[in-house]
Amino acid sequence: MSESDELAAVRQVLIERAEEPGALLPILHDVQDALGYIPPHTVTTIAEGVNLSRAEVHGVITYYHHFRSAPAARHVIQICRAEACQSMGADALLAHAELRLGCSAHGHSKDGNFTLEPAFCLGLCASSPAMTINEEPHARMTPRSFDALVAQYGDCA
Amino acid sequence: MSGLTIYVPRDSAALAVGAERVAERIAQEAAIRGVSFGMVRNGSRGLFWLEPMVEVSTPAGRVAYGPVTIDDVADLFDAGFAEGAQTHPLSLGLTDEIPYLKKQERLTFARMGITDPVSVADYEAHEGYAGLRRALGLKPEEVVQQVLDSGLRGRGGAAFPAGIKWKTVMATPAAQKYIVCNADEGDSGTFSDRMTMEGDPLMLVEGMTIAGIATGATKGYVYIRSEYPHAIATMNEAIRAAEAAGFLGENILGSGQTFWLEVRKGAGSYVCGEETALLESLEGKRGIVRAKPPLPAITGLFGQPTLINNVITLASVPLILARGAEYYRDFGVGRSRGTLPMQLAGNIKHGGLVEKAFGVTLRELLYDYGGGSASGRPIKAVQVGGPLGAYLPESQWDLPLDYEAYAAVGGTVGHGGIVVHDDTADLSKLARYAMEFCAIESCGKCTPCRIGSTRGVEVIDKIRADNKRVEHVILLRDLCNTMVHGSLCAMGGMTPFPVLSALDHFPQDFGLVVPDRKAA
Repeated sequence: MSESDELAAVRQVLIERAEEPGALLPILHDVQDALGYIPPHTVTTIAEGVNLSRAEVHGVITYYHHFRSAPAARHVIQICRAEACQSMGADALLAHAELRLGCSAHGHSKDGNFTLEPAFCLGLCASSPAMTINEEPHARMTPRSFDALVAQYGDCA
Repeated sequence: MSGLTIYVPRDSAALAVGAERVAERIAQEAAIRGVSFGMVRNGSRGLFWLEPMVEVSTPAGRVAYGPVTIDDVADLFDAGFAEGAQTHPLSLGLTDEIPYLKKQERLTFARMGITDPVSVADYEAHEGYAGLRRALGLKPEEVVQQVLDSGLRGRGGAAFPAGIKWKTVMATPAAQKYIVCNADEGDSGTFSDRMTMEGDPLMLVEGMTIAGIATGATKGYVYIRSEYPHAIATMNEAIRAAEAAGFLGENILGSGQTFWLEVRKGAGSYVCGEETALLESLEGKRGIVRAKPPLPAITGLFGQPTLINNVITLASVPLILARGAEYYRDFGVGRSRGTLPMQLAGNIKHGGLVEKAFGVTLRELLYDYGGGSASGRPIKAVQVGGPLGAYLPESQWDLPLDYEAYAAVGGTVGHGGIVVHDDTADLSKLARYAMEFCAIESCGKCTPCRIGSTRGVEVIDKIRADNKRVEHVILLRDLCNTMVHGSLCAMGGMTPFPVLSALDHFPQDFGLVVPDRKAA
């Protein structure tokens, strides 16, 4: 998508949310859902749309873990790092994922197919360790089931 | 459709172990065999080690099978599961007779896993909207009095009496007031809010509607964390269904009352579970903690009086109205009234949701319900009340679970999350993790939390590396003291709880000499 197409998409979101009080988070969600990330060149337009300074909007984007300023890979894997998952081997699962994908947490796999992210609690604490791939939950994970799952989304090594 | 109904949960924890594919396979297999049936995608009963748990309606009641994989489906049909036969090895018998479920006191979770979560008709057939109907016939102050009399305290963790908040909002005049539901369930080991929103969302819708009518608020927001996409989708579905049935919106059930409800999605910040940070986030800002006063009940969302409660707090209200304050208050002990949906998680054989009256002991939960550790090794430490809760050693497992008894030993009941660790756990590592988590998630507004957590990680690293170990333990305790007393909110104020409890009860994990109890 070109920069002007991205700006057009952002303007459309701003129009749809114009009447909503405190709309900045919904706007940022809409932009990220539409474009996959919040392109830095759109921040000024967003700021004008909600009558805030560019710095304030930048501050909100960078404060929240969910928002990204660069595109993610085609598939996003989140591995839970919270205590309940730790008690059932989440650290080993993450280490295995890093090895398998050839990247560290917050990075992209070697083939660019996967983004690997740590998460803090997916609410699947009684079925730990847990992860999501493209927001779909998977529980009671093992290195073996991780490999099988990832293989369904394309090879990565 | 014949009389046959098959239930396959749509709860995230069931989906995470293959419920969707099991539902598809059942439909295929039934079609091949010419079996006609209705399928309900219910919530989970909370017996997560048995998920996906499939149920079949029979004249004697619902019969459960689990955990069902796609490879079991053909076998189940062969064994007569569509007729409710209980001969298959996966048969669990009548669902209601499963001991884990039967021994519970399910008040808030009474409908959980039984009804279709987004069917208003099903909800009403199971006591749904009885509370709202009663509330519409009462004066606002009478509704608030019911909440006060029930003894209900905020289930989010701070345990503040709910009725007092309600009364303050009711008594504060304003042209616009708000009800905000804190559904930013970020604590490790907690999932009762998620289950409610996915398994019985209309109960939360009803609770918030009652709160709106009682306090004079016409607009409500449910702030749900972005990590819960299924909860967000189901809540939205439930809100649309309630609107279509006349239970939400303008002129509710012809009463002249108005209440609108909207879901807002969080963006992955733990501290937004703190009520004032959550309000900032709802206003479109960074989720930074506000200094109190003013209380949100007086100056809250967009500067207006705002009732902000946790999911389970609001979800407890319909039953209190439907059956009366006394009914609810008669459960529990001391000043902890009613029930708490406790969540057994981590290294536990039978992890899941257990709703019991306050007063149950951790040992009962760990062994009678949980069946001991999942690994089969001895349980070493149990963290109660989320990542800011204390690690409890075995000597404290016989305390009654109630707010005051836990506070007396430096623990916290919090939101009812129970995370089990076996004897392979290294408590100094977990203590370090608590500080690291605080450093990552601190909103940055106050110095003890922002700087203290980073220094805390460094000091624990030095202790672990045996760098002036004894001196650094003194420094760590000093730092914890500053964080407890100097932080603006629970993030910095409670991070020392897991750290100090680890240090007090498991000194050997920090390389310290274990005090000889006999000599003392």
